[in-house]
Amino acid sequence: MSMNNQGRPTGIGTAGTGASGSALLPDEPLLFEIGDTEHSGVDLPEVTLTNDRLGGFGRNTRLDLAGLTEPEAMRHYVRLSRLNHSIDSGMYPLGSCTMKHNPRLNEKMARLPGFADIHPLQPVSTVQGALELMNQLSYWLMTLTNTAAVALSPKAGAHGELLGMMAIKAAQEAKGETHRRIVLVPESAHGTNPATAAFLGYSVKPIPARDDGTVDVQAVKDALSPDVAAIMLTNPNTCGLFEPQVIEIAQAVHDAGAFFYCDGANFNAIMGVVRPGDLGIDAMHINLHKTFSTPHGGGGPGAGPVVLSEALAPFAPVPFVRKGQDGLELVEHVEGKALGRVTAFHGQMGMYVRALTYMLSHGADGLAQAAEDAVLNANYVKARLEHAFSVPFPDYPTMHEALFDDSFLKGTDVSTLDFAKALIDEGFHPMTMYFPLVVHGAMLIEPTESESKQTLDRFCDVMAELATDAKSGNSARFTAAPMKAPRRRLDETRAARQPILKWERPADVPQAAE
Amino acid sequence: MRYLPHSAHERAEMLGVIGAADIEALFSAVPKSALKSFRLDLPDHSPEFMVEAHMRALANKNQAGGDGPFFVGAGAYRHHVPATVDHLIQRSEWLTAYTPYQPEISQGTLQMLFEFQTQVAKITGMDVANASLYDGSTGTAEAVLMARRLTRRSKIVLSGGLHPHYRDVVKAYLKDDADLVCLSPSPEGQGDILEHIDGNTAAIVIQTPDFYGHLRDLKGAAEAAHAQGALLIVVVTEVVSLGLLEAPGALGADIVVAEGQSIGNALNFGGPYLGLMATRKEFIRQMPGRVCGETVDADGNRGFVLTLSTREQHIRREKATSNICTNSGLCALAFSIHMGLLGEAGFVRLARLNHANAIRLADALDGVPGVTLLNQTFFNEMTIRVTQPAAGLVERLARRGILAGVPASRLLPEDPEVNNLLILAATELTTEADIAALCTALTEELA
Amino acid sequence: MTTKFTPDHEYIRVEGSTGTVGITSYAQEQLGDIVFVELPEVGKVLKKGDEAAVVESVKAASEIYAPVSGTVTAVNDALNGEPGMVNADPEAGGWMFKIEVSEPGELDKLLDADGYAELTV
Repeated sequence: MSMNNQGRPTGIGTAGTGASGSALLPDEPLLFEIGDTEHSGVDLPEVTLTNDRLGGFGRNTRLDLAGLTEPEAMRHYVRLSRLNHSIDSGMYPLGSCTMKHNPRLNEKMARLPGFADIHPLQPVSTVQGALELMNQLSYWLMTLTNTAAVALSPKAGAHGELLGMMAIKAAQEAKGETHRRIVLVPESAHGTNPATAAFLGYSVKPIPARDDGTVDVQAVKDALSPDVAAIMLTNPNTCGLFEPQVIEIAQAVHDAGAFFYCDGANFNAIMGVVRPGDLGIDAMHINLHKTFSTPHGGGGPGAGPVVLSEALAPFAPVPFVRKGQDGLELVEHVEGKALGRVTAFHGQMGMYVRALTYMLSHGADGLAQAAEDAVLNANYVKARLEHAFSVPFPDYPTMHEALFDDSFLKGTDVSTLDFAKALIDEGFHPMTMYFPLVVHGAMLIEPTESESKQTLDRFCDVMAELATDAKSGNSARFTAAPMKAPRRRLDETRAARQPILKWERPADVPQAAE
Repeated sequence: MRYLPHSAHERAEMLGVIGAADIEALFSAVPKSALKSFRLDLPDHSPEFMVEAHMRALANKNQAGGDGPFFVGAGAYRHHVPATVDHLIQRSEWLTAYTPYQPEISQGTLQMLFEFQTQVAKITGMDVANASLYDGSTGTAEAVLMARRLTRRSKIVLSGGLHPHYRDVVKAYLKDDADLVCLSPSPEGQGDILEHIDGNTAAIVIQTPDFYGHLRDLKGAAEAAHAQGALLIVVVTEVVSLGLLEAPGALGADIVVAEGQSIGNALNFGGPYLGLMATRKEFIRQMPGRVCGETVDADGNRGFVLTLSTREQHIRREKATSNICTNSGLCALAFSIHMGLLGEAGFVRLARLNHANAIRLADALDGVPGVTLLNQTFFNEMTIRVTQPAAGLVERLARRGILAGVPASRLLPEDPEVNNLLILAATELTTEADIAALCTALTEELA
Repeated sequence: MTTKFTPDHEYIRVEGSTGTVGITSYAQEQLGDIVFVELPEVGKVLKKGDEAAVVESVKAASEIYAPVSGTVTAVNDALNGEPGMVNADPEAGGWMFKIEVSEPGELDKLLDADGYAELTV
């Protein structure tokens, strides 16, 4: 069997006396336990349908949806919200996730009726401002990356990655190179990379990492062959390191007739400082929610525009904006070799507005400063913690995130997971754990440029104190953690073995009469 | 720069702790030729009021839905969003939270997703739903792939009434696939999809109300599909219709995909939107996307976690059910709050109001010389045939301040037969005055 | 009756020409709580090393490879309802599938109990 035990363990921890909740954080029942099918928080005129046009397809079954009046709804969702950690309430040192500050101007702009209340299919002459915005965003993205084209429409990073790889496939098929069936993926890559390659029918060939955490140009050369379609390389990579041989790797890949897909998840570390186009990339997605601060929203929506090199530009998907005789045009239908469509309409307009607002606020100078501050902060955390923790790849300065491994916990009863959960009781979100997979017990910390020195110092003090405590054998603090959160550790085994995925009406609680 | 906390003094101090001479030293792994070796042709940072002025100028060049009579639909609908919804989703703890991978400090998001999944399962009449996908179009492509995994068959038949963008997305996902059958557009009604089902068919995909507004017979389709061992995928682009139409699950659907934008989410020029997906209990392990489940914590208290995550890309890598790694969390929240405010009573009332306004619109259009209504059935959207190309007509009406609908040719430029077809939607926001203004203008333009 | 092992932590217990396959106690311990087992179809013809089943723990999915070539003759349906049997009783109640061995010679190349034990020290 493939002994895939790399995922993080999920022990429920030992029992403790920590009380979950507090006076200000009462447990909140489910919507269905508060509301019923008669209550509603929306006043609408009642109409009687005398001559409906439903052709006999009308509803005979009940919906059984619970409703709340406005004050009840307000309280339900405010109470629930208070059970969440958020950037606005505390630091998220989550490596590879880039939890930076979300400026509220972005939210305000996205809600202007001229952006929020326009329909994707109303006449193009009535949405010239929206097209201009897409054009401006495209210009910023192409300028910051020094690339020839950009496809804005992908809904998220993984979607952009899919589209970029589709463009590569289309370009090679157009050249009749259908034999190129292999995609090279370094072991440290995000899980989406092999998933995307496999989805498009490629076989994935892993490239081992060097001892210093970077990709060896020789290993790439050895793996290249006429059957290789592309390499998918994250740069800066998932260990937080800039690939020092990236230009040589790009050269070797191009010499073999293959393309260089760059996973741009970590573009925030180099925006305004390094242009990926200068490194030889052919396609790269940019997570607007990471680099350009569109809110994570508890898991989306994201946006994943893809920049493309000259060679791939003709294979960009529709829609895209271009200049026409009467102003801007929206090209919505495939002409020539273009790829087709990966989503309905024009992509994540609401995210475009926020991202452009962020760019204009920062300007070229501010973006570069933000990237430099992100790198400064990560190196500061690394410098402050390298004595208490163990650094697996000390050879290079780190970029936007600091990577530690769990060897400092050897001989203790504390696991990496336990250690991370103890951070919760100190008011911090845990760091990324057990990723990247190439490092045993990885702990990946990304402070982002948004954290002040004061916050970083407090975080480092807490980390160092926890490390000392773990090494001194005080394991209870860790194995029982968290004790001060709204919930203690949750039983994930139970959730997965007998999935309960929705609320079921208890047998003794009847629906209201219609 | 207002978003960056460090002073120059603090930066120098931090470099000192690191032991680096300057910031460039931290970028030493970057090849010299690539590090700041350029001058960007971009402006420098800007105060908030100037950025706001720039963005407002762009926004003002667009004609917003509220500026005049509005009948545009075709997969995105202009509905009222209660003020409470937008207030709540801007709360820090919702807006700026990460994906709930640390359940102890994410119970708000997780419980909301559990409630959301329950709502989606209930309105579709299915056993289970996921925590959302990007949108209805990509959800449809995911459903098609899921049906192939479930049946281990390959043929997929897309109804001629499926939204053309949805069809195109499926085509892109299944590039060059000989087993994908896309039936030609069927603006007149039911089409002949049932004749295309055979023993190699994984699924048929039927949208109802369809792209032209017609309501489709799901029960007959489910029976025909199941008789051959195929699955029925039902696509709903106007989720409000489920308040009035029978639940697809009650009619035999195997997978239901819907665009959830209509509830809680603004038009936003096409995104972000909200993909809903629901299915039968026995299919959950092939369902893509995040799923939230109930469990207990170490003290025995009820709590929620993301579960069944081994299907996802970050664990299965190249063996994942999909490469998806995000959902539409905040859009799902907006949907869930709005649906929670509506409740059954409100949702049904909203659907009735939409249908009633659509009937008024249909009856009024029927009286305009040169207009032929194609629909026998509809929910809140319908197709008319006019005596001239619809695209030009819509353009002229827009100049008169009326956004009259979507010319079918905008989505089907390759099909000259749809040139004179115009698709119009009414919602609860459509007034008598809007309808009168449209009909007057139409009468004049078509004369 | 003999039991043989693969370096990938599958066991095969051979009776006559039929082998019963599962994962070792060591393997289940490494994986943690098993929450789902995807079993092969009866009648499936496998070559040695083919992916035959998948076990999922909460955070990982691992493929189970066919230790020898042959045809699947039975699967342990009880695991559908109680995947935890793989943890509780891996080498008896937690078996996964039975295989009609087509190349008995392949059995000789597998590890015996001592050889496997050495591997997992």
